Amino acid sequence: MPEIHFTSHLRNIVPDGPLSATGATVGEALMDLLAREPHVRSYVLDDQGALRKHVCIFADGVRLTHDDALRRRIGPDSKLYVMQALSGG
Amino acid sequence: MSDHLLIATRKGLFALERQRSGWSAKLIGFDGIAVTNVLPVDGVIYAALKHGHFGAKLHRSDDGGLNWRELVAPAFPADVANAPSLFQVWTMEAGGAQHPDRLWIGAIPAGLFRSDDRGETWQLVASLWNVPERQRWFGGGYDAAGIHSISPDPRDSNHVFLAISCGGVWESRDSGKHWSVLGKGLYAPYVPPEQAEDSAIQDPHRVVRCAAAPDVMWMQHHAGIYRSTDAGAHWTRLSPPGDDFGFAVAAHPQAPQTAWFVPAIKDEIRMPRDGALCVTRTDDGGASWEILRHGLPQRDAYDLIYRHGLDVDGNGERLAMGSTTGALWSSDNGGRSWQLVNAHLPPIYAVRFA
Repeated sequence: MPEIHFTSHLRNIVPDGPLSATGATVGEALMDLLAREPHVRSYVLDDQGALRKHVCIFADGVRLTHDDALRRRIGPDSKLYVMQALSGG
Repeated sequence: MSDHLLIATRKGLFALERQRSGWSAKLIGFDGIAVTNVLPVDGVIYAALKHGHFGAKLHRSDDGGLNWRELVAPAFPADVANAPSLFQVWTMEAGGAQHPDRLWIGAIPAGLFRSDDRGETWQLVASLWNVPERQRWFGGGYDAAGIHSISPDPRDSNHVFLAISCGGVWESRDSGKHWSVLGKGLYAPYVPPEQAEDSAIQDPHRVVRCAAAPDVMWMQHHAGIYRSTDAGAHWTRLSPPGDDFGFAVAAHPQAPQTAWFVPAIKDEIRMPRDGALCVTRTDDGGASWEILRHGLPQRDAYDLIYRHGLDVDGNGERLAMGSTTGALWSSDNGGRSWQLVNAHLPPIYAVRFA
């Protein structure tokens, strides 16, 4: 299953260590995880369900462009990193 | 006099306590995170956060700030027209005596949110979001318009007044079901002359009212300062000596003729004139003014006081004022002399007596 790692800035919010999630896209994997960790949702997505402006996602070493990030297809062994974008502060 | 202050800053929430030796300051939460406003009500503290990356959040403490619990922050429902994302909680106010569990939040973008369960759940007040005049609102200092002043009438908590930058001043007499734009007499020189008296495009930087005489309101407008004696329907521009630009205003809780403002050079500069910080005070409804400087820096001071950065306590004698450069002052004699409390806080967004 794909692994999701979160920025240490969210260490108080997200359990430590990589989390497993299922999905064929970044968005599906994130939604699978957020269903189990609903309090994380508002930190990653805004209230309209979009990826927060200053959150960026890396998939298998590639920094995804913001607007397409959730649609990016991933494989069963993909590694995702949810990071804070430096643009946000 | 109130011996407790809460200070919302760019880098966390501070609580100050007045002791015999002076004020002591303690960082009580959210280290490094912007706290955009704070509301103490009935022993509970509400803190509004703006994470640089992770959005606007709301927290509550029932034990004076020792422990905090995150609440579900207000959100624009997806079914309203062009639903935006919440950028910032700009102000929070208690609902008033008739509604002890009610809270109001004014946001950027300019959504008004109401909770009737002490912040556990929030609803957008769609009736205000849907007023046709909203199409003419615009941002002042931020990309989108925002609500920064909310004031339920102490005599009738269902009669709610609020102010929007830039969207004028509004009232609802039925707890938010219906809204009317107020503000006759306000003038906006930043739009073409034929629109300058349009009530719905005014930029009231901050509006406060006298608790004992709630029809008396004071406004620091983007262009000038004003007073109303009919709860915001009509406004009279006042003429203090010197600068009449600024953001903050405080109203004496008992004396309807008394208020304080903090002047700065007008909008393209936004600094104290000649690097000398002062507070202006009137005790006769704006007919005459004192310029209060004692204890405030009179050279090389570039402090700006934001709109929630000045507060007066319940007896009208103790004031506190915090600046964009992280300086905090207090006065125990109505502003006639000031003491520096701390010169090295983070940039200060809001100062509130608890």
